[in-house]
Amino acid sequence: MVFRTRRLAVASVAALAATALVAGCATGSGGSSTSGAKGDTLTLWTHNAGNSAELDVVKKIIKDFNGSQSTYKVELQAFPQSDYNNSVVAAASARKLPCLLDVDGPNVPNWAWGGYLAPIDVSGSEVPLSAQLPSTVGRYQGKVYAFGFYDVSLAFFARKSVLKEYGIRIPTLDKPWTKAEFDSALAKLKKSGKFPYPLEMGTGSLGEWYPYAYSPQLQSFGGDLIDRDGYQTASGTLDGKDAVEWATWFRSLVAKGYLSKKSGADPNKDFLAGKSALQWDGSWNAAKNAAKLGDDLAIIPPVDFGHGPKIGGASWQWAMSSTCSNKAGAQAWLKFARQTKYFVDYAEATGTIPATDAAAQQVDGYQPGGKFSVFTRFAREYAVVRPVTPAYPYISTEFQKAVQDILAGADPEKALGQATKDIDTNLKTNRY
Amino acid sequence: MTTLTAARERPRPVRRTRKTHARRREGLTALGMAAPAVVLLIVFVVVPLALTFALAFTDARLISPTPARFVGLDNFTRLFQDPVFFKSLRNTAYFAAVVVPLQGGLALVLALLVNAKVRGVNFFRTVYFLPVVTSMVVVSLLWTFLYRQDGLVNHVLSALTLGHVEGRDWLGDPATAMPAIILMSVWQGVGFHMIIWLAGLQTIPAELYEAADLDGATRWHRFRHVTWPGLRATRTFVLITITIQALGLFTQINVMTEGGPLDSTTTVVYQAMRTGYEQQQTAYAASISLVFFVLVLAVSLVQRFLTREKD
Repeated sequence: MVFRTRRLAVASVAALAATALVAGCATGSGGSSTSGAKGDTLTLWTHNAGNSAELDVVKKIIKDFNGSQSTYKVELQAFPQSDYNNSVVAAASARKLPCLLDVDGPNVPNWAWGGYLAPIDVSGSEVPLSAQLPSTVGRYQGKVYAFGFYDVSLAFFARKSVLKEYGIRIPTLDKPWTKAEFDSALAKLKKSGKFPYPLEMGTGSLGEWYPYAYSPQLQSFGGDLIDRDGYQTASGTLDGKDAVEWATWFRSLVAKGYLSKKSGADPNKDFLAGKSALQWDGSWNAAKNAAKLGDDLAIIPPVDFGHGPKIGGASWQWAMSSTCSNKAGAQAWLKFARQTKYFVDYAEATGTIPATDAAAQQVDGYQPGGKFSVFTRFAREYAVVRPVTPAYPYISTEFQKAVQDILAGADPEKALGQATKDIDTNLKTNRY
Repeated sequence: MTTLTAARERPRPVRRTRKTHARRREGLTALGMAAPAVVLLIVFVVVPLALTFALAFTDARLISPTPARFVGLDNFTRLFQDPVFFKSLRNTAYFAAVVVPLQGGLALVLALLVNAKVRGVNFFRTVYFLPVVTSMVVVSLLWTFLYRQDGLVNHVLSALTLGHVEGRDWLGDPATAMPAIILMSVWQGVGFHMIIWLAGLQTIPAELYEAADLDGATRWHRFRHVTWPGLRATRTFVLITITIQALGLFTQINVMTEGGPLDSTTTVVYQAMRTGYEQQQTAYAASISLVFFVLVLAVSLVQRFLTREKD
């Protein structure tokens, strides 16, 4: 009896340790278990907790879907954006992914490669994929893994009155600013003494903002984050002549006092308060700026640094997990959601660019000729999606660090060189 | 004869069984008592440590469709060519070398002050202890605001010197970022060790002080020959806890500087977290942790040797 109890105790401790070991080791290897649905009740994850406008649209689509048929039922779980990616990675390791989830555009290749996502087939839905802005469809290796209802665009915001006062030309889509024009505009604004830092580019917001906002400028100089031919190396691209030129210019903005190396907590508020003259920002703030400044607001296309104006593409998109136990139900929801009215709802709720022309017709300001319709043209003509490679999350962190170092005064060539070296090592060890 | 011997020897085995039985029950109780702690230790210390050892020699990643492969010493060769790793090591050593004497010493001074028998001493004890019970994340966020170019620190400096000293962006300058974090960390942690010193001070018998007074000892002599030797055990404890805490520097860095500017505040633990989680390189992070484990072990052994019972 006694021996048995002791043996039991020893055995259970050993078993516990073994289970923990196995559970810990199991991450990463393939498996056949499924999750995300109980029969015909499907779970859906979104990053929108704390963003009620967008969350309400998701809730509405789910409610309509659940009401439209009686086979499937979708249940919502919302996460705060800051924890969302970590939650998905953790859930994937524990094989507890939901059936439906949203994913930030640049992460689609990484998650598809990692086996989190399954290709989707949405043919036969009301809105065909071909009607969407290309940047709103998440593809990897020729397959569609995700689609979004909207995209966002980058632009400079300024006050027309301020530009006129200093004799600065207001650029148009057909004739954007050149580098020389932009530099002289900044010099004039700085000389006025009215703006401690005339240019505001949100240097205080770390994270994905850095590659989203600054890599288009790098691309306009002729550089890029990685050689997009095969995605096998960054050398010659991220540390090439053009890239170093960009970095040197970027550093000079700080050195000349045009740009704060660490902007305030709310750059848009500072711009609206008149602390900065030019703000490089996302289209999501356009409506707020227009409401405050009215006709004085100038929405300025990105500067052409030599290789045409560029902006980043791809925002949050919807996808289906590869472990989903009810793929038919998940596909049904994805197809159902692809109705023009939801594209309209999304764009209106979030102040973003509708992904289709049909939806744009119905969104205030985004109709052809509307005051925000320029954003649709930016997205169509200037958008470059972030590198479509599973290495993107790594490239992103390396670029963030390089830019931060350059802002802090590092030698541009050395900072980019180190980032390139690290990225190349990563590409080599991972054999993507 | 035989029966007699048999009769004489008979009770013995019975007694022995009873004894072993009791001992067995005792052992079982001990095992039961230890079980919760043992299980927790195995799950949260032994298993992760074993995993770290194993993973460091593979190419495991956080997100990957292929299972991890054994790659030998690849991670370590990479590690010893990584300039950021050496900066992390240097910063961690710098932080520990300043914080350990500073925080330990300041805590002792505060403990001596609040050990005085005057009125309102509990008020001061509470005030010094307050930062300890505040979350490090909250403290770090607050100090980030204080240290800004237009923050309170610079306003106070400017007011005190009548505008002669113009402050800087303390966390944005590679020369001042680490000292700024050290100052904040000491402020936050000093209360805890003050309480430990205080506990040590109160174990010193009052008779020793009375005897010293009768012998006409000065305050310094009293401290040097009564207080200081009386704090032997406490000293070891304070030294070891501050060292461990300082070597594990992470939260402040993560919240306040993210290792910048120009790697002036990156630490080993921060780098391990960044490579392992943000950059998804589980195996590389494991090798960083493994090297760090060996270094910390060496430091602890040296400390253990220096603070050993000398008799």
